[in-house]
Amino acid sequence: MGSSRKTCTLSTQSYLERRICVYKACGMIHRLYNSLIGSRRAMLIYEHSKPGRCAMAQLPPVSNLPDDVPVSMRRTTPLGLPEVSELDVVRHYTNLSRKNYSIDTNFYPLGSCTMKYNPRVCHTLAMQDGFLNRHPYAPESMSQGFMRCMHELQEILAEVTGMQGGVSLAPMAGAQGELAGVAMIMAYHRHRGDAERCEIIVPDAAHGTNPASASMCGGTVREVPTKADGDIDIEALKKVLGPKTAGIMLTNPSTIGVFERHIQEIAQLVHEAGGLLYYDGANLNAILGKVRPGDMGFDAIHMNLHKTFSTPHGGGGPGAGAVGVSARLQPFLPIPMVKKHAAGTFGWVRKKDRPLSIGRLSAFAGNAGVLLRAYVYARMLGRDGLRRVAEYATLNANYLAKKLAEVGFDLAYPERRASHEFIVSVQKQKKAYGVTALDFSKALLDHDIHAPTNYFPLLVPECLLIEPTETESKDTLDHFVEVMATLLKQAEADPETFKQAPRTTPLRRLDDVKAARQLDLALHE
Amino acid sequence: MNEIPGDLKFLKSHEWARLEEDGIIRVGISDHAQGLLGDLVYVELPAVGDQIQAGSACAVVESVKAASDVYAPISGEVIEINEALNDRPEVINEDAFGAGWILAVRAGNPEELKALIDPDAYAELLESEDH
Ligand SMILES: Cc1ncc(COP(=O)(O)O)c(C=O)c1O
Repeated sequence: MGSSRKTCTLSTQSYLERRICVYKACGMIHRLYNSLIGSRRAMLIYEHSKPGRCAMAQLPPVSNLPDDVPVSMRRTTPLGLPEVSELDVVRHYTNLSRKNYSIDTNFYPLGSCTMKYNPRVCHTLAMQDGFLNRHPYAPESMSQGFMRCMHELQEILAEVTGMQGGVSLAPMAGAQGELAGVAMIMAYHRHRGDAERCEIIVPDAAHGTNPASASMCGGTVREVPTKADGDIDIEALKKVLGPKTAGIMLTNPSTIGVFERHIQEIAQLVHEAGGLLYYDGANLNAILGKVRPGDMGFDAIHMNLHKTFSTPHGGGGPGAGAVGVSARLQPFLPIPMVKKHAAGTFGWVRKKDRPLSIGRLSAFAGNAGVLLRAYVYARMLGRDGLRRVAEYATLNANYLAKKLAEVGFDLAYPERRASHEFIVSVQKQKKAYGVTALDFSKALLDHDIHAPTNYFPLLVPECLLIEPTETESKDTLDHFVEVMATLLKQAEADPETFKQAPRTTPLRRLDDVKAARQLDLALHE
Repeated sequence: MNEIPGDLKFLKSHEWARLEEDGIIRVGISDHAQGLLGDLVYVELPAVGDQIQAGSACAVVESVKAASDVYAPISGEVIEINEALNDRPEVINEDAFGAGWILAVRAGNPEELKALIDPDAYAELLESEDH
């Protein structure tokens, strides 16, 4: 068996079916929750509803009723809103918010991949009236401020990544950035009249979106293995390179948290074979201002601005997956982009200006709010500040890795320096006491620490992928090590009790197997 | 760990193949593999009549932890699939070498089986992975 690359052969229908399953699972979790905690702590505001109850003080003035709507078109049935008092609403949402775990309250070793600390000022400045109220159809003449920010952001990101052909801010997620990048690589080969190149090489440690993007663009995925030391197996790479190679997708530092040491040799090999290099820059935290993908020889990159640049990925959206390219891919960049006229004003780059563009990826120019936050973050930190982000992110990860190793945890790649993240494997503890990575994750919750990523990447058994990020203090890291050391002792002394964690959360362990097997879409019983 | 039945052949990637009468070959994943994956929640089966290629993905098994391709140990035409897995994927967890079979193929060339590893070598492989 191998990590599933099935996306390439799944029909659209079965893809949709799987998506529905995910939604169904959410409904299931809701039902499970209700059956576990009963109606006493209702989760939905509807469950508080009592006929006739109302928050009178919140009623809109009667004069707002639209008298000019013809009677025949007015609603005659009730809206079906919950009938609750103001105090019901306040209590309900305040109680819900207290069940929420957030980075505003505690340490979150999921890291930038999900939720690093995003400075308040980025949010505040992006929420100014002038930005919020700008309509996407506003004429260029009335959008100059916004367009200037976007133009500067394009330039800053091109500079940070070293991509000579520029950056387009159009993609609205990392995966969409990948799609754009691979589409550009394919367009480049086709434009040269090369119809043969359709293979995209992906290392086995890659994020699942890489092979998915490759096959969405009509490519065939060729997998190359990772060696025991974490680097790509170059001999295996040489075997798959050839006249069909369209390109390779790499993450560096890789998904296992180490820097690919032979990147220049790999770049040379792929270019010699006629392929292009795609850089998955979803997690740039470790390299900002230190090394540039453009200098490593990459032709295309996407960045998850909603990870590194001050918007949380864990929010579930919206996102911004800006793409940058080398000079040879420039004509294919997605539109719209912002250009600067000789007179110093700004305008949109449209299809007529860039006829070879792979086109539009969405109705407008990407997710404006996320892009603005990224702009403020980059301008606020400046070149030196961005470099310090990388230095502290890396220092914190390496400090934490060393300390955890000292108290008895196995590092998956002990001989390698960590990037912004590192992997611990509790395979040894599983063998000895039957405790798993999931047990450690759950036990952390009782100590008010969020669980790190577990069971990813799939290459490492019983793994915890830990990323402290640049903003955590040494005190927080030391506290985490202390807690982990305590957990290790508990796991050894009394594995049975250990496996019962968490005890202090509103819910203990959900039956995720049952939730996935007995899918049920119903939201209300 | 279940005993490894003597009449099976294995891929290093933990699939098994059993030669039955008339050149029909039954395919599944090993008990070790189901243990690694944990509780299975979904199995994506091919269709009867599909042609499968040795070494290429022919099914997907999904647990709460991961989704994995199942590689075909042998090339040929799928003549039967284990429909029971649609409702009860956990049969693979319960009986990976028996009731938890995934599909049966009519092999183009049953000789291909000889290239697979035998149960003893597979057991050794597990031991060497398991240190
Ligand atoms: C390495 C890597 N690539 C790509 C992505 C996809 O990004 P998105 O979730 O915005 O589509 C992620 C997201 O987690 C990632 O970690």
